[in-house]
Amino acid sequence: MKICVLVKSVPEAGVTKRINPSTGRLERGGETRDNPFDTHAIEAAMQLKEGGELQVDEIVAVTMGPEAAAKALRKAVSLGADRSIHLSDEALAGSDVNGTGYALARVLATESPDLVLLGQQSDDGECYTIGAVVADHLQMPSLTQVIKIDVEGGALRCERQAEYGYDTVSIPLPAVISVGDAINEPRYPSLKAIMGAKKKPLETKSAADAGIEADRVGYDHARAHCAEFAEPPAKAAGQIIEDEDTSETVEKIVAWLDERKLLA
Amino acid sequence: MNFDLPDDHELIRRTVRDFAEQEVAPVAEELDRTKAFPYAIVKQLGELGLMGIPFPEEYGGAGADSLAYAIAVEELTRVDSSVAITLCAHTSLGTQPIYLFGSEEQKAEWLPKLTSGEVLGAFGLTEPEAGSDAGNVRTRASLNEDGWTINGAKQFITNAGTDISGVVCITARTGEDEISNLIVPNGTPGYFQGEPYRKMGWNASDTRPLTFEDCVVPEENLLGPRGAGFKQFLHVLDIGRIGVAAMGVGLAQGALDQALAYAKERRAFGKPISKFQAIQAKLADMATEIEAARLLVYKAARLKDQGRNFTLTAAQAKLKTGRLAVRCAEEAVQIHGGYGYIEEYPVCRMYRDAKILTIGEGTDEVQQMVIARALGA
Ligand SMILES: Cc1cc2nc3c(=O)[nH]c(=O)nc-3n(C[C@H](O)[C@H](O)[C@H](O)COP(=O)(O)OP(=O)(O)OC[C@H]3O[C@@H](n4cnc5c(N)ncnc54)[C@H](O)[C@@H]3O)c2cc1C
Repeated sequence: MKICVLVKSVPEAGVTKRINPSTGRLERGGETRDNPFDTHAIEAAMQLKEGGELQVDEIVAVTMGPEAAAKALRKAVSLGADRSIHLSDEALAGSDVNGTGYALARVLATESPDLVLLGQQSDDGECYTIGAVVADHLQMPSLTQVIKIDVEGGALRCERQAEYGYDTVSIPLPAVISVGDAINEPRYPSLKAIMGAKKKPLETKSAADAGIEADRVGYDHARAHCAEFAEPPAKAAGQIIEDEDTSETVEKIVAWLDERKLLA
Repeated sequence: MNFDLPDDHELIRRTVRDFAEQEVAPVAEELDRTKAFPYAIVKQLGELGLMGIPFPEEYGGAGADSLAYAIAVEELTRVDSSVAITLCAHTSLGTQPIYLFGSEEQKAEWLPKLTSGEVLGAFGLTEPEAGSDAGNVRTRASLNEDGWTINGAKQFITNAGTDISGVVCITARTGEDEISNLIVPNGTPGYFQGEPYRKMGWNASDTRPLTFEDCVVPEENLLGPRGAGFKQFLHVLDIGRIGVAAMGVGLAQGALDQALAYAKERRAFGKPISKFQAIQAKLADMATEIEAARLLVYKAARLKDQGRNFTLTAAQAKLKTGRLAVRCAEEAVQIHGGYGYIEEYPVCRMYRDAKILTIGEGTDEVQQMVIARALGA
C-alpha cells in the first residue's frame, strides 16, 4: 500500500509573526521550519511501515508552497519517506483552506494513496480543517485529531482526542487521518539520512501539471478573506496576593474565581 | 556571493537544535552540578551520526562537510558547552589525526568505532611544560624490538578517561629534534588517566592529566611518518579552531537568547527591562557581533571545504568568538541581575563555560601570533 503524508513549512515558532497589511497574508520571509504536527504524521507512517502488519510499499511526502517550502519535504524524506512531491505555483498563492485542500487533493488523486496522513493543525494557520477538505475531495472517510492508530485487519482502529476523553473509531481504507502530537515521539533524522535525502526523487508540479482548475485557487478565488488583523490585546496587569496566612490566601483566590464565575 | 545555507545544512541545524533543546537542555544544569559525564547523550549523538560528521561514509562518518560540523557544534553549544566540547574534542582532535595521517589499517581499526561514537577519541598534546609552546614536548618514545616505549605526562586532556574512551593520539619526542604522533589505546599497560580536574566550567566534560610509565605500543602505532608530529599537530589545531570558534558563536547566541527572553519578562519601574535603552543597546550589540562572528566562522569552514588555506581565517574566527562568548555571557548575566549569579539560570553556567574559549585550542595570544605571522608582521 501507499501512504501519502502532507507536510508544510511554517514560520519558526520563536519568530514574532507579522501580517503584511497590504497583502493580508502572513509574512513568510523569516526563518521557517517543518510544521511540528506533520513530523508526527510522518512518524505515524513510519511506524505503520515498520510495524509490518500492513505491507507499506511507499511513503510519499507532499507539500504545497513556494520554493522554500521544499525544505519540509527534505525533512520528510530524511525521516524515511521514499520520495516527495512539491506543488508550487504562483497561481496558488493566497489560497484559502478550501482552495488549498482542493489543490492538495488533485495531487493526491494522481497518487491513489491507501492512506493520507497529516498533522491536525499547522503552527501558522491553525485551522485544523485541511484533512477534512482533502477527504471530501477524495471521497474518502476522514478522522481528525487522532492520537493512536492500530491495524485491525484491512482497516484502522483509531483513538480520536475528544473534549471529554477518546472516541475509538474503526475506519476502512483508503482514508484521510489527521494526527495530534500525542500520537508518538517523532525520531530525529540521522545525519546520514539528511545527507542521503537529496538522492531521493523530488517531483515539482505546477498547478496545470496537477490538473488544478485556475479559478478555484489563489487569493482572488478564495472564498474567505481576512478583513482585518489586530494584535492580541495586551494582558491586564495581574493581581498579586501576598501569602501571609495561607488559608486566608486560598479564600481570597476562591472568592476572586467565584466572582468571575470560573468555579463550577 | 550567497549567504543562504544549502538545504541540508539548514536541516542539520534544525535537527541539532531540536535535539539540543529537547534532549540536552532539560539535563544540562544537573550534568553540570553533578559533574557527570553525559553518557546517554553521547550515545544518542552517536546514533544520529553526529559523532563523525565530517568523515566519509566509508569510515562510518556522515560524509558531511566542515560547515555542517560547525553548525552542529554551534547549536549544541547554544544549549550546553560540556556536551559540545565532548563532541568537538572527539571529532576534530581525537578522530581527525587518525583520519588525516593514519594508514589504511589504522583507519579501518579505529574510524568506524570513533565515528559511530562507540568509543571516544582524545588528543594529547599539552604537557606541564608544553602548552602554547607545544613543540616543547618532554614525553619520550623510544623504539626497540617490543615497539615504542613511552614515558612522560600530558596535561588537561579531554575525553581520555571516560568509560567509553578508546584511544588517545599523543605527541612524543622520538629523537632529539624529532616529534612524532603515536596511537595509544586505552587499556594499554603503563597508560594511566589521573583524577579529573576541578574546573571553572565544562563540568560535565572529562579533562584529566595522563601519565605514561614504560607504556609499550606496537611499532605500527606510529601515526604517519616518523618526525612529522609537529606539522601534523599544527594542522590538527588549525582544523580544531573551526570547531572551537563555532562553540564561541553558539555560546554567545545562547547567552543572547537567554538574555532576550529574560529581558522581555522581567519588569522594573513598571515595564519590561527590554524597553530600557541601556538593555536594548546591550542586546543590539550582542546580536550584531554574533552575526559578524558567525560569518567569520562559516567562512573558515567554507575555505577548508573548498580545499583552500584557512589557517588565518580559522585563527581570526577563534580569536573573535572566544572573546565574544566571554563578553556575551557577561552581558547576559548583567541583564539577569542577581538571578544571573544563581545556578538555576543557564547564563550562570554559560559565564563559567565561556572563559576556556579564550584559552583552549590555542590562547588568544597564540591566535594573535598566528594572525600576525600570516600578515607578514
Ligand atoms: C578544560 C581544558 C581542556 C583541554 N583539553 C585539551 C586537550 O584535549 N588536548 C590538549 O592537548 N590540550 C588540552 N588543553 C590544554 C590547552 O590547549 C592549553 O591549556 C592551552 O593551549 C594553553 O597552554 P598552557 O595552559 O600551558 O598556557 P601557557 O602556554 O603557559 O600560557 C600562559 C599565558 O602565557 C601566554 N603566552 C604563552 N606564550 C606566549 C607568547 N609567545 N607570546 C605571548 N603570550 C604567550 C598565553 O597566551 C597565556 O596567556 C585543555 C585545557 C583545558 C583548560
